Amino acid sequence: MYGNDFIDPDEPLNAAEFGDVDDAVAAAATTAAQRAEGGSSFEALLAADQRIEPRDEMPEAYRKTLIRQIAQHAHSEIIGMQPEGNWISRAPSLRRKAILMAKVQDEAGHGLYLYAAAETLGVDRAELLDLLHSGKQKYSSIFNYPTLTWADNGAIGWLVDGAAIMNQVPLCRCSYGPYARAMIRVCKEESFHQRQGFEILWTLSRGTAAQKDMAQDAANRWWWPALMMFGPPDTGDAATTGGHTAQSMAWGIKRFSNDDLRQKFVDMTVPQAAKLGLTLPDPDLRFNEETGHWDFGAIDWSELWRVLKGDGACNAERIERRVGAHHEGAWVREAANAYAARHDLGQQQEYVA
Amino acid sequence: MSRNAIDTSVSDHSVSDHSVSGSSVSDTTLTTDAAAYCLQLGDDALIYAQRLGDWISRAPQIEEDMALANVGLDLLGQARELLTRAGQLDGTGRSEDELAYLRDERQFHNVHLVEQERSDFGFEMARMLWFAAYQCELYAALANSSDETIAGVAGKAVKEVDYHRDHASQWVLRLGDGTSTSYVRMKEGLERVAPYVAELFEDDAVSVAVSEAGVGTLPSSLWDSAFGHVSRVVAQATLTLPTDSTWRSRGGRQGIHSRPMGFLLAEMQHIARSHPGATW
Amino acid sequence: MSTPAVKGNSSERSWPLWEVFVRGKRGLSHVHVGSLHAPDAEMALRNGRDVYTRRQEGVSLWVVRSMDITASSPDERDSFFDPAADKIYRHPTFYDIPEDVEYL
Repeated sequence: MYGNDFIDPDEPLNAAEFGDVDDAVAAAATTAAQRAEGGSSFEALLAADQRIEPRDEMPEAYRKTLIRQIAQHAHSEIIGMQPEGNWISRAPSLRRKAILMAKVQDEAGHGLYLYAAAETLGVDRAELLDLLHSGKQKYSSIFNYPTLTWADNGAIGWLVDGAAIMNQVPLCRCSYGPYARAMIRVCKEESFHQRQGFEILWTLSRGTAAQKDMAQDAANRWWWPALMMFGPPDTGDAATTGGHTAQSMAWGIKRFSNDDLRQKFVDMTVPQAAKLGLTLPDPDLRFNEETGHWDFGAIDWSELWRVLKGDGACNAERIERRVGAHHEGAWVREAANAYAARHDLGQQQEYVA
Repeated sequence: MSRNAIDTSVSDHSVSDHSVSGSSVSDTTLTTDAAAYCLQLGDDALIYAQRLGDWISRAPQIEEDMALANVGLDLLGQARELLTRAGQLDGTGRSEDELAYLRDERQFHNVHLVEQERSDFGFEMARMLWFAAYQCELYAALANSSDETIAGVAGKAVKEVDYHRDHASQWVLRLGDGTSTSYVRMKEGLERVAPYVAELFEDDAVSVAVSEAGVGTLPSSLWDSAFGHVSRVVAQATLTLPTDSTWRSRGGRQGIHSRPMGFLLAEMQHIARSHPGATW
Repeated sequence: MSTPAVKGNSSERSWPLWEVFVRGKRGLSHVHVGSLHAPDAEMALRNGRDVYTRRQEGVSLWVVRSMDITASSPDERDSFFDPAADKIYRHPTFYDIPEDVEYL
């Protein structure tokens, strides 16, 4: 599935130790040549498809766009723990319980990696969390939908994670180094998430009549919200006027348009639904012989905006849980600070390498 | 306690299909006791994993969400192997899921400590410190069990629970010796956990039988080392262990549970029970 | 990495940021894998274990406070690194050797 076109975990980490010196030399020569030709300005680095690193000069708008996007991504991972986290206690087998626990834990990890990437741009995680808690920064609207049945855990893995991976794979080549590196780690770990979701539905679809109904109902409810995850269309009446897409693409933060990724997702998912024996809730869905793609019906964008603005089933609940945990943990975090200060742990300078 | 309290009922499974394998346990009474013993240990791990699962997305910091999830996953892994072994030993061939999802409250043999509702972080670290201190000694002893499966589970688990004990110890130190607020809350956590500690170290007919046979160990024999660890950590955290309370929990090993247990099972089991015979 | 943090609305003091280095297997150097927050070095090490080695990624961990890292600055980049660019005789491929000579 998706999520596999990344660094092989067995790949040597230190080129010099594995005799790949020639490659390294060639790469260094290329970089040096590019630097000599184009200089090392922000624009020259982008033009050469080089990564921007934290201490490089960068336009303020680039920095702000990145902070906003990475933070929203991180917030989505953290809030995204809840819809499935609610089912850890109810998972219908111990195997499923373990998988779900590991998956929700991964989401915490992904949030953590992403906050760390944002922190390289000069913001603090605590500050970003404040913005999330006060509603000044958003998380993905998808998590404002409720998880009503066990099958929703399957649909989230299959459709929501599937759509997320489609969005995230290109981000592994994002122009900002720390974000790209965080995304490589996220995508490597994420590769099991979509598969476990598919497996849940595969099992349900071959189970009892009630289980099949449960799977179909979940697919019906999650299909359109998953398509909306790619964001508003790039052209046409429903396109937003902000022009974020064009600027983000020029900056190498975004590599494909919303509509391209959405189409790719539909093309990938329709045959999988057939394999599952599930229908997708779109009467206009049909294969277009001319384009070689699946045509699909019009998306109700008013729903996206409605949920985004707060009128989703779970907006209040998600933030309340998050804020509650943060406030309830304040005395713990403060105690650890006080202990560290008193015992001079981590304050001392004489570290041994 | 009465040996009859142990659930040995054979549900709708054929006994003959499920012979006891990989074991040096042969005597029928002994296998019954060994199965009951695995249920005790497995239920402790399962129910505590269930409680820790509640913490994920509610911890004081994201790093701690991940740490608590790791502890929960370790315990869940131990529970699955121990329940599976229980199902082999008692001759019913019940799977880990049949044992986890289809038993009623009176047939669970975990101690009351692990079934108590999630409370604040101070309570949780006090509970984890005691439980992990107990499990460290337990699994160290069981690594020599004459039952190969139990010995194998214990040999792997002893490293896991050593980390849990360390994690809880680190936090008890920081909370006890942190701020005046955290001192009070950690102290209260230890006080609230205290009435549930003795039950962990109490021998019963099952543990006596399995320890005589070399399959298990006497819980009472684990007390000195576990208490030693906890009291050292507590002292270093500038706290004192509460004096004996007038009330203490008892009965978990015999399937007599406290109020939260029924609700815990209702939540844990309801999907599985709503779809009899379904696979997931 | 060590850009000073801008304080949020919260009056709370954040746990410091740490950089985590993992030795993937014996014979390899520790490699930077990411960052985390922890109140002190002992907890940073443990958090590092829980966050960055859940999939058997490591056999050894380092943590170092981000603040304690001294980094070369982009201003210095040209004078630090460009002088190496024309010294291609440091690389083995610079040298012409007859093709039939072995073990060189």
